Amino acid sequence: MAVLTAPALETAGEPTTGNKATLVVLSGDMDKIFAAFTIATGAAASGMETTMFFTFWGLQAVRKPVRTGRSLFGRMLSLFLKDINGIGPSKLNMGGLGRWMFKKMMKAHNAATLPELRQAAIDLGVRMLACQTSLEVMEFSRDDLIDEAQEIVGVAALMELAAQSKFTLFI
Amino acid sequence: MDAVNGELKAVKADLSLDLKGLLCPIPVVKMAQAIKTVPIAGIIEATATDPGVMADIPAWCRTTGQKLLSMERRDKVIRFVVQRVK
Repeated sequence: MAVLTAPALETAGEPTTGNKATLVVLSGDMDKIFAAFTIATGAAASGMETTMFFTFWGLQAVRKPVRTGRSLFGRMLSLFLKDINGIGPSKLNMGGLGRWMFKKMMKAHNAATLPELRQAAIDLGVRMLACQTSLEVMEFSRDDLIDEAQEIVGVAALMELAAQSKFTLFI
Repeated sequence: MDAVNGELKAVKADLSLDLKGLLCPIPVVKMAQAIKTVPIAGIIEATATDPGVMADIPAWCRTTGQKLLSMERRDKVIRFVVQRVK
């Protein structure tokens, strides 16, 4: 009988706390994703080892602009999901008009765009994880996510990180 | 560099950054990236216009252990000098 050896039987664990920050990103609204990337880049820039865990609607922030889904419902859902350029604000979106207006205003005031902020987070070494269960339920494959966010984990991995972090935010 | 500010001693900067017009969090992101490009004890001088910088750069220096040598605001332009400690 073949014997499977787990790659990581090491259970001693890492130190209980480190200079870490963890952000759980559940929301898929432009404003909330903006806050999430601002805090994540700020934490990383301040020398914290920063991780973002994307789940449910939040996966849109790291989704490629592709069609997803296998079943009828999965493919229907795909029609309503966006990528980082397509998500609208949580209030006043008005069928996309709000998104357009906020993008204009952010540009007028020289604020960084969402794709720029996400790239800054990547450049600063922010680790991006995706939720296994959300991927299953929403019928995304790993390849539907940007290359930097293809590390798929579950809640126990998140708990380990949260326990080691100075703060954990749920956005 | 403009060292003609009377009381300010002239420091020779290893790097000059123009952060004018940029909003939070980009000035801090740029500083975090820039500090790695100068040697220990190296100096970055920067100009910015986001008023949030007045609070953010001192806080960033405290959390990352870098040294803020000076910071002054004239009209809308904030000029600050940071020395890399580690």
